[in-house]
Amino acid sequence: MQPFQTVSGVAVAYLADDVNTDEITPVHRSLEPDFAELLFARRKRLADGSLDPSFPLNRAQFAKAEVLVAGRNFGCGSSRESAVWAMLAVGIKVIVARSFADIYRDNCLKNGLLPVVLVADDQDQLERDVIDADGASQAVVDLVTQTITSPTGTNFSFEMDAAERTALLEGLDDIGVSLREEGSIRAFELGLAIDSPWLIALPVATDID
Amino acid sequence: MPETLIDKIWSTHRVGRRIDGKDLIYIDRHLLHELHAPEAFRKMTAAGRKVRRPELTFGDLDHTVSSAVGRDDQSNPDGVDFIRAMRAGTSRFGIRLFDLDDPFQGISHVVGPEIGLILPGMTYACPDSHASTVGGLGALAFACGTSELEHVLSTQTIAVTKPRSLRVLLGGRLSRLVGGKDVALRVLAEIGVAGAQGHIIEFAGPAIDDLEIEGRLTLCNLSIEMGARSGLIAADEKTFSWLEGRPYAPSGRDLELALEAWKSMRSDADARFDREVTIDCDGLEPYVTWGTDPSQALPVTGTVPDPDTLAPERRDRTERALEYMDLAVGTPLVGLPIQRVFIGSCTNARLSDLKVAAEVIAGRRIAAGVIGLVVPGSSLVKRQAEALGLDVVFTDAGFVWGESGCSMCAAGNGDHGEPGERCISTTNRNFENRQGAGVRTHLASPATAAAAAVAGEIVDVRDFLDRG
Repeated sequence: MQPFQTVSGVAVAYLADDVNTDEITPVHRSLEPDFAELLFARRKRLADGSLDPSFPLNRAQFAKAEVLVAGRNFGCGSSRESAVWAMLAVGIKVIVARSFADIYRDNCLKNGLLPVVLVADDQDQLERDVIDADGASQAVVDLVTQTITSPTGTNFSFEMDAAERTALLEGLDDIGVSLREEGSIRAFELGLAIDSPWLIALPVATDID
Repeated sequence: MPETLIDKIWSTHRVGRRIDGKDLIYIDRHLLHELHAPEAFRKMTAAGRKVRRPELTFGDLDHTVSSAVGRDDQSNPDGVDFIRAMRAGTSRFGIRLFDLDDPFQGISHVVGPEIGLILPGMTYACPDSHASTVGGLGALAFACGTSELEHVLSTQTIAVTKPRSLRVLLGGRLSRLVGGKDVALRVLAEIGVAGAQGHIIEFAGPAIDDLEIEGRLTLCNLSIEMGARSGLIAADEKTFSWLEGRPYAPSGRDLELALEAWKSMRSDADARFDREVTIDCDGLEPYVTWGTDPSQALPVTGTVPDPDTLAPERRDRTERALEYMDLAVGTPLVGLPIQRVFIGSCTNARLSDLKVAAEVIAGRRIAAGVIGLVVPGSSLVKRQAEALGLDVVFTDAGFVWGESGCSMCAAGNGDHGEPGERCISTTNRNFENRQGAGVRTHLASPATAAAAAVAGEIVDVRDFLDRG
């Protein structure tokens, strides 16, 4: 995973609540889909297939947005990780939402996409600032100091679990971190084989009677 | 100290604590499917990683497989690459794949329980948000993305901070033709789609005791729609007898040992939960959704709500939902004309679901102009249903009877509705465009969906049957 570095970039607001991962990325039809195209594939288009000029991410000033400001329960629904990969594919590196669906937040952390939740009053202010700036100036998101400077210059701080912060800043290999405990995993499996053999030694089965 | 069921599963599966403070939880069973596993296989191969316990890992073909009778790899042109990559990956890593011609082929969350792979007190991982289905047997499921799936393959564990616990106590008795789906939609209407965020739900109470195992699987299936990490129900005598004789379930001396362990896998009487919600299910009506998230649900006798009467944060969502669903405020749900019916998915395509739908359908025909599709949740369910003649009941009524898979639930296999259609569906998500561009989905139980198919409009299945 790439280490997370301070982001200075345009912030775009898409403030609907309960945006689900079907909306973020519809089911992909290819093993190697074009994730940028897949992002909001239906939402960003009108019925005739043309891009909807009123959809925030379609507007020219947000073409290179790096920060997405979102509503409540962002990323609910399917666990598909494409909904994170597609954000990264268009250059979104931070999502500041009122809240995240649990699996979506996990998927963000595993891909170096920073999920931030501010206290409600700060989120209100950030939304106003982002809408006022309308892409004309940049926001700064610094994970080292755990601060956000809005595009109009308001400063906010945010909470982040220390271990998650370290993992993002150092770009830690999550599997590698777990494999440091391999001795414990092996010992646990040995215990299972003795105490609960049915959990670990499966019968051979090919059909039902 | 008294413990919850969640505490007990946690403590019996905790391998240790990672350096970053997360618990490392052992995964007893891991089921993969072809939509997400190939990407993990590709990354594992590139990184030179091995699958730690291939014999505890199984592969399913469900999301992209065609439901057409006589199907092969290419019946759904968009699925062929996924199916073949899954076959190659499982073969490379020594994982058993329930291939298209395997008797155990089907939707992962349907297959796992029915062949006895998932047992009470177990942990289960699957790269699919409806993994929590297996909670109906008292197992703790972790639904995950592709990176997590790679982590489980490599370590047979998941690194996670223990979620909070929420007990949903369901009182009262369920009436005839009201089941797990109606209970789930009722809970969703109460707590909303983010109501259980950060929590694992334990469902308990008299209404749960009354529910048969397959209804419990349906209820737990919808935990993710409540925003929960997972959902489960303590195993009881019903669970033990339901599992008896299933191919991968223990037998003999192993079963005696297992039963002893399973019986202790329930929350202690004075265990404390971080949150509790109590809902009375006495007199619960069949439920149907009217909107575009599964919490936008009402008793079937209800009328479409007025956004102005709702809390401000729900108003916008409601207005947008009414527009997409083409519904006017105050419209009764009963009488809404439907054009398509889908009976299937990991939510409601087990044998008991097909049986109740067939009872409603028997001797009747689908209304003119309505398209009906029944897709069993697994090849085993299909075979068992055919042995009972249910396929004939459905096809005589005018339904298409398909081969098992996820089918129209997420429309990833070529089955979908047409723009503007109103579809009553036994699935789990009524999101915009999920069942096809512009399709308007109403979620309901198999009984309600079957009655709507015959009537050509949403009906109260209880009245429908009473009318004869």
